[in-house]
Amino acid sequence: MPGMKQTGKRIYDWFEQRLQVEDPIKDAVLHKVPRNTASWWYVFGSAAFTLLMLQIVTGILLALVYVPSAAEAWNSLNILNHQVPLGWFLRAVHGWGSNFMVAVVFIHMAQVFLFGAYKFPRELTWTVGVFLLLMTLGMAFTGQVLRFDQDAYWGLGIGVFILSRVPWMGGGLVHLLLGGPTIAGATLSRFFALHVFVIPGTLLFLALVHVWMVIKLGINEWPMPGRLVRKSTYIAEYNQLTHEDGIPFVPGAFWKDLIFSAAVLAAVGVCAAVFGPSGPGGQPDPSITQTVPKPDFPFLWIYAVLSYLPPSMETPFILIAPIVMIAGLLAVPFVASEGEKSWHRRPVAVLALATIAVGWGVFTHLAMSTPWSPHMSAWSADTLPVEYLREATPLVRQGAVIFQAKQCRNCHSIGGHGGERGPALDAVATRMTPDQMRYKVVTGGGNMPAYGKNLSPAEIEALVSFLETLHPKGEPPAFDASQQAAQSNAVPAGGSNTP
Amino acid sequence: MSDQNDSQQRTEPDIETASEQASDREGPAVVSRRWLLLKAGIALNGLVGLALAVPVVRYLLAPVRKDSSYKSWVSLGDANSFPVGETRLVSFKNPWTQPWDGQTDNVAAYVRREGASQFTVFAINCAHLGCPVRWFPQSQLFMCPCHGGVYYADGSRASGPPERGLFTYDYKIAGGQLQIDAGQMPSLSNTAKLVNISSPATNSGRNGDCGCRG
Ligand code: FES
Repeated sequence: MPGMKQTGKRIYDWFEQRLQVEDPIKDAVLHKVPRNTASWWYVFGSAAFTLLMLQIVTGILLALVYVPSAAEAWNSLNILNHQVPLGWFLRAVHGWGSNFMVAVVFIHMAQVFLFGAYKFPRELTWTVGVFLLLMTLGMAFTGQVLRFDQDAYWGLGIGVFILSRVPWMGGGLVHLLLGGPTIAGATLSRFFALHVFVIPGTLLFLALVHVWMVIKLGINEWPMPGRLVRKSTYIAEYNQLTHEDGIPFVPGAFWKDLIFSAAVLAAVGVCAAVFGPSGPGGQPDPSITQTVPKPDFPFLWIYAVLSYLPPSMETPFILIAPIVMIAGLLAVPFVASEGEKSWHRRPVAVLALATIAVGWGVFTHLAMSTPWSPHMSAWSADTLPVEYLREATPLVRQGAVIFQAKQCRNCHSIGGHGGERGPALDAVATRMTPDQMRYKVVTGGGNMPAYGKNLSPAEIEALVSFLETLHPKGEPPAFDASQQAAQSNAVPAGGSNTP
Repeated sequence: MSDQNDSQQRTEPDIETASEQASDREGPAVVSRRWLLLKAGIALNGLVGLALAVPVVRYLLAPVRKDSSYKSWVSLGDANSFPVGETRLVSFKNPWTQPWDGQTDNVAAYVRREGASQFTVFAINCAHLGCPVRWFPQSQLFMCPCHGGVYYADGSRASGPPERGLFTYDYKIAGGQLQIDAGQMPSLSNTAKLVNISSPATNSGRNGDCGCRG
């Protein structure tokens, strides 16, 4: 036994003499960090790095089978899903790894922001981090393109339409993005190059720079209310803190990183096994119009925002908002490089973060149900609850048929089924008089198209008689008070003037 | 001599002791010559790099071309196969293709025939952000599945986020064939023309034929 140990030591020494990495690694591993940074709050950065490694490994494994050709990509993904043993699982791990990575990177950023860790001397660490975030999102988007299904195709289309709004250079930028005039073979090839070489290479390099700075500058101390950052004194204070109350990074803080990373990896594995891979959806044939494209999770909020923007805001918003957002993120450490780190004394920061988080959550949630989209098959697929028609006259029934046949249902729900683009019509008769309905149907307005040209007067009559019946039992339909008054005035035989 | 010395100190203020010893041994003239040669080496690399960058940039910019060079006339079939007063979905092969384009070269358009020789050929791409709009002949509307844009049969905007009507292709009838000038994904930056940019205020009385007001 001792002989083996000695041989082992000899081999180690042989390598160490040539590589000479022991000292720098020891330095990095054993450097002291403030005791209170050995916290569960500080584990997200290392988890993001672990996920990056997972993505690189699974990405390489997928590249063994995937064919980056517009003609073959979709088929090769289906073969991965259905023929290659456990190919589906690897696709699922890569896909879920991506979702987790985006989420963990955002959580990491929020934590760093909340803890004031971007302040002096860690401004550049934050700046590099912002680029890491952008690149993580870039990986998510290009990865969605490599799935090369209908969602990928039309998601690219949205990219084209956004770029085409750039003044003067729009057309050139579109050609550059697509590698030609349309989304086609050249497009997939260049997104493959971006997803597999350009972005991951830069991402890995910047991640190492990021980690390097974390090691060199030390881990941000736990923020204490009243302990202000001043450029003149901070470094000395930090050194004193680590000196007096520091523990070696390994094992002091690192064991928590390890356990959390393992937990995240396990979560990715479980999600992959339980929920499986995403797509590929329909084949990327642009002549198939029976599709409802939707972006992947990280971009759902943008999808929702674009649906709610008024038309006049569209172009300015699309062109200016991303620049403002990125510039804002980059500016954070330079605007507030000194001062209070504790969230107890930074109400504006906390409020800003909470607002962004809630806004993001709301928009993402909305994008999951897409209340702004017509339900394309509601008119032919959703049934009308029978109680609406039980005592209906032939005219009312005819109106109900028109209501379905003219796709009104695609935007208006009845009985909880149908589109949500327009208001639900279950009780429309209590809100609008027949005249108002007629006017609305014919002229449209707001978000409703005008149907004046597409419906004959008889059809409109039938439709409105159907709508007139839509009111809860015991709740009378709306009426035109002035008209009623006029009518009752016109009756000469004595009755009361107040209906 | 002293001048060279100065410049040497200015350019490498933190040179290590080893090289100081070397400069002691070899004299400042030798060392500053080495620095000069180093600068020459850097300059040479810069020059060669620049010379190589020109073709690289040209290669990268290869897809950026005039719209007209991508487009050509494509036939959508016999003009008489389109019934008057109806809107039909057609698909055609993109004129600008590579053998590995797969199904992506299968582009679609909506042809609406208004009269004997009067057509409108709409791009299927929503004028908002390009999603494929769907035609509903019953209600004579195009509806977009993405953000809820809706267009009338003539392509003008009916509701939703789009700021304009559907894009159209230029068309001509040649030898009885309906042809369109296609080859490029229609978007705001290219020659796709705008149709009937209608403001909400004018929506209600479109073409004055709704026979409804009053
Ligand atoms: S793409 Fe059609 S409404 Fe947005």
